[in-house]
Amino acid sequence: MSTQTLPYTVHPHPVTGIYSGKFGTWLFLASEVMLFGALFSSYVLLRVGAPEAPSPLHWPSHEETHLSWRIGGFNTLVLIVSSVTMVMAWASLKMGDFSKGRRYLWLTFLLALTFIVVKLSLEYVPKLRGGYVPAKSTFFSLYYTLTGLHGLHVIGGMVVIGYFLGPGAALWKRDPEYYTNRIECTGLYWHFVDLVWIFLFPVLYLM
Amino acid sequence: MSLKAFHIVFVVVCSLLALGMGVWAIRDYRGGGDKLSLVIGVGSFLGFVGLLVYGRWFLRKLRGVSYL
Repeated sequence: MSTQTLPYTVHPHPVTGIYSGKFGTWLFLASEVMLFGALFSSYVLLRVGAPEAPSPLHWPSHEETHLSWRIGGFNTLVLIVSSVTMVMAWASLKMGDFSKGRRYLWLTFLLALTFIVVKLSLEYVPKLRGGYVPAKSTFFSLYYTLTGLHGLHVIGGMVVIGYFLGPGAALWKRDPEYYTNRIECTGLYWHFVDLVWIFLFPVLYLM
Repeated sequence: MSLKAFHIVFVVVCSLLALGMGVWAIRDYRGGGDKLSLVIGVGSFLGFVGLLVYGRWFLRKLRGVSYL
């Protein structure tokens, strides 16, 4: 097996001016923008094209959706704080403080877990038990698609953060700068996921 | 764009959301909502100010880190 290391994982690539991991992360995020952008566009087009009440196919009002903007707002706050803890983890590592960086990573992980638990226990389960399934209306099919896909991204972020808290933490001993850069890439992804929610929350819960 | 730059963008978007949320919650309260709406509205306005203060603090803390 080859032991050759990847080039430009720490120092900037001469062409792009940034290290390769960050470049790759931004390419990935560009594809994510297209994915969520297409879904947001679908939401807007279907909402604008929906017939007016009293048609049975009309777009539901806030009361008809039974979505609690307070629960959604709480989860928004949780994600905003998690982005702050994520960037603090990176800043601590950048200053060479591994234990502090690790504490902030744990906080980010726990906040992400809080988001998922609240989403499932206070929103998904009561809604599904109450018959508000994706097949109920266009709104609910879009609601579950958008929030479900976002939830999967949050879980994906938790897996990555969990890896850097567990087996991936050994990289800090070998190459602290490389580890810090990987946390920065994780932070970029995490900020994107949180930014998607910042747009989802007003669109689904307030407007 | 580094995480520092992206975080600044994030803080700006969040502060706009806090401002919008504050207006929305106060309107909900004035339209017959309960006191919790008023509390959330005031809290959102305070959050807006807090995010601006935090953004300035963050920029000062990471002064030496590149935006690229």
